[in-house]
Amino acid sequence: MKSENVRLSGADILFECLKREGVDTIFGYPGGAVLKIYEKLYDVDFLQHILVRHEQGAAHMAEGYAKATGKVGVVLVTSGPGATNTVTGIADAYMDSVPIVVFTGQVPSHLIGNDAFQEADIIGITRPITKHNFLVRDVKELASTIRKAFRIASTGRPGPVVVDLPKDVIASECEFVYPNDVDIRGYRPVYRGHSNQIKKAAEMISNSKKPLLYVGGGVIMSGGSRELALLVQENNLPVTMTLQGLGAFPGTDEHSLGMLGMHGTYWANQAVQNCDLLVSLGARFDDRVTGNTESFATSAYKIHVDIDPASIDKNIVVDLPIVGDVKHVLAELAAEIQKPPEVEEWWESITKWKDECPLTYEGNDGRLRTEFVIEKLSEKTKGEAVIVTDVGQHQMWTAQYYKFNNPRSNITSGGLGTMGFSVPASIGAAFAIKDRPIVSISGDGGFQMNMQELVTAAAHKLPIKFIIINNSFLGMVRQWQELFHAEKFSFTDLGQSNPDFVKVGEAFGIKSFSTDNPKEVDGLLDKVFKYNEGPSLIEFKVVKEDMVFPIIPSGKSVADMIVKRLNPKNMM
Amino acid sequence: MKQVISVLIENHFGAFDRVATMFSGKGFNLKSITIGETEIANVSRMTIVTEGEGKDIDKVVKQLNRLVDTIKVIDLSETNHVERELALIKVDLQNTSLDEMKNVCDIFRGNVVDINNKSIMLEITGPPDKIDAVVNVLMPFGILEMARSGNVALRRGEQLKIKKKEYPSN
Ligand SMILES: Cc1ncc(C[n+]2csc(CCOP(=O)(O)OP(=O)(O)O)c2C)c(N)n1
Repeated sequence: MKSENVRLSGADILFECLKREGVDTIFGYPGGAVLKIYEKLYDVDFLQHILVRHEQGAAHMAEGYAKATGKVGVVLVTSGPGATNTVTGIADAYMDSVPIVVFTGQVPSHLIGNDAFQEADIIGITRPITKHNFLVRDVKELASTIRKAFRIASTGRPGPVVVDLPKDVIASECEFVYPNDVDIRGYRPVYRGHSNQIKKAAEMISNSKKPLLYVGGGVIMSGGSRELALLVQENNLPVTMTLQGLGAFPGTDEHSLGMLGMHGTYWANQAVQNCDLLVSLGARFDDRVTGNTESFATSAYKIHVDIDPASIDKNIVVDLPIVGDVKHVLAELAAEIQKPPEVEEWWESITKWKDECPLTYEGNDGRLRTEFVIEKLSEKTKGEAVIVTDVGQHQMWTAQYYKFNNPRSNITSGGLGTMGFSVPASIGAAFAIKDRPIVSISGDGGFQMNMQELVTAAAHKLPIKFIIINNSFLGMVRQWQELFHAEKFSFTDLGQSNPDFVKVGEAFGIKSFSTDNPKEVDGLLDKVFKYNEGPSLIEFKVVKEDMVFPIIPSGKSVADMIVKRLNPKNMM
Repeated sequence: MKQVISVLIENHFGAFDRVATMFSGKGFNLKSITIGETEIANVSRMTIVTEGEGKDIDKVVKQLNRLVDTIKVIDLSETNHVERELALIKVDLQNTSLDEMKNVCDIFRGNVVDINNKSIMLEITGPPDKIDAVVNVLMPFGILEMARSGNVALRRGEQLKIKKKEYPSN
């Protein structure tokens, strides 16, 4: 391409590359080391730059954008504090395999290592929490590095990539050649599963009496939901999902057993313990799923499909590993199964467990409960909204009571469990998703961790519904204190110090409401779903002392599941 | 059990750190690690000695493979290989004689590389257990200082094929 052989500055090259990567939105915050980039940005028209109020917000917005769309989320921040502020978001993206590329400014090359003003070794800092990272040392390497960064972030098992840009590299010029392809010889993700292994898996499924599909976020990332649905319908298989897997298969479908693990449904966990074949699809046998690995699904043969070989046999040793893209593998698997397994009896057992111990909550005392709010929300949106939760009790209740019908509609911080995720992540999602409502759900604790980003939502008139589940406590920690720490409610009571959330919302120019009355839930939800000219906020003041059940205590097994609060009244 | 892993890795900024960070981050045991250039431009070879059972080594190998900078990871413990280490050992001459030291040195096919009226420096190469033996023998005479290189190792026989193309480093 002759016409491209012009001399450009590093800053120009950055934007030329972003254009070619199809980037339409970046989340950023300016500063000394990236001024040159911001100078160019002033005249760039092919993408929108979203000015955040804290760089952590930018990283979570990029995650929200990426999780909602599958596209790479992009962040641009300055050196030093700008870069270090993104660290939590990067770690979060690493744990949940979210494709983001973070461009960080850096002091000029000749000052690196000199403790220069606003210098931080962000490459060193982020090495263990990135899929890969790059320090660009010569403007001639910039274009190929950016190409590699996007490739690495978005392929294989996705993840965050940091590109550190020294100020002089951005300012200097070179001939711009956009590499048509980049060869990264140490990076060759395997997409096609081994066909013999898949044949074996098909046989194992046909012959099993009690099969169970255990579905993780990998199915959503690979875009394999349709293939999954086909496999399930044709073979009448029960499906349970991890927190990240919710939405991979419709929660309203009768084959769905809901979530498994620590706060999973009783019947899903019983199914795990009793199945004779457990097929893990894009999940990683995380400790929140397995509890005590010694007693996890002991009577089952285990098949593990994952694009990351390092996930296989990491926590649980499996009988049949299949390395590959789960969408491809699912399609082949469905085609290979000669006869569906006989599962009538198995379904009877599952139904029995379901009747034995359904999800319930106290509902007749006129007090407002989170479960009720989520149920209403699920009904009202028919499981079609994009729900972005924070971390804590409200997150688990949402996982239990919201019937996610679509992939990429459950956006939550799973692996890292980052409080403060929901507000910015919902904003990131709202920049990409326009045809479905976006609901951010936070606890009163987590909401305060990134509420500065309400400005960003208001400034762009994003029609996000911010829901605060206010139980006046750091609820999940309070729950553990009550169950496992001698009821010492140490520093978890926020009741005295919480701000007036309605006033907070209004200060940011957001329509805000509050209620503690179950009868008003319907009306308020209707009100905010009708209002789409900008963000709105509802504070639901709920019961303080409620706990999420069932719960399998950390490191324990299904047999140790606690299904409801043991208080003297219940025991009579 | 001692395990030896050979890693071909991009010879560029940060690649070595990434391996070291991975070992500490995953809590893997690291006994020795060496790195040096290879016959291929921009490619280094690391020889890593770690300790663990077969299952643990699988995990180490998988995590190494997962790094973008690693080109090839070979578990040498499983294959026929040559392993060598070099040691420089400075011995106090007050408790021994020059002849005695030269004698020890000859037995282990080492070289005397430095000498003065206080001390003598020996250079010994060989399999790591031979170095251990030399150290044992010399210990009673008083080892003043010692430097061991860590192991380097190569698979015997057939050469591993990787494309001889030139790649730009980054
Ligand atoms: C950044 C961060 N700090 C601390 C924690 C530990 N933590 C987990 S849940 C939780 C309580 C959350 O309280 P709240 O936001 O009010 O939500 P609730 O559990 O009441 O729904 C805390 C403190 C965390 N997950 N993330």
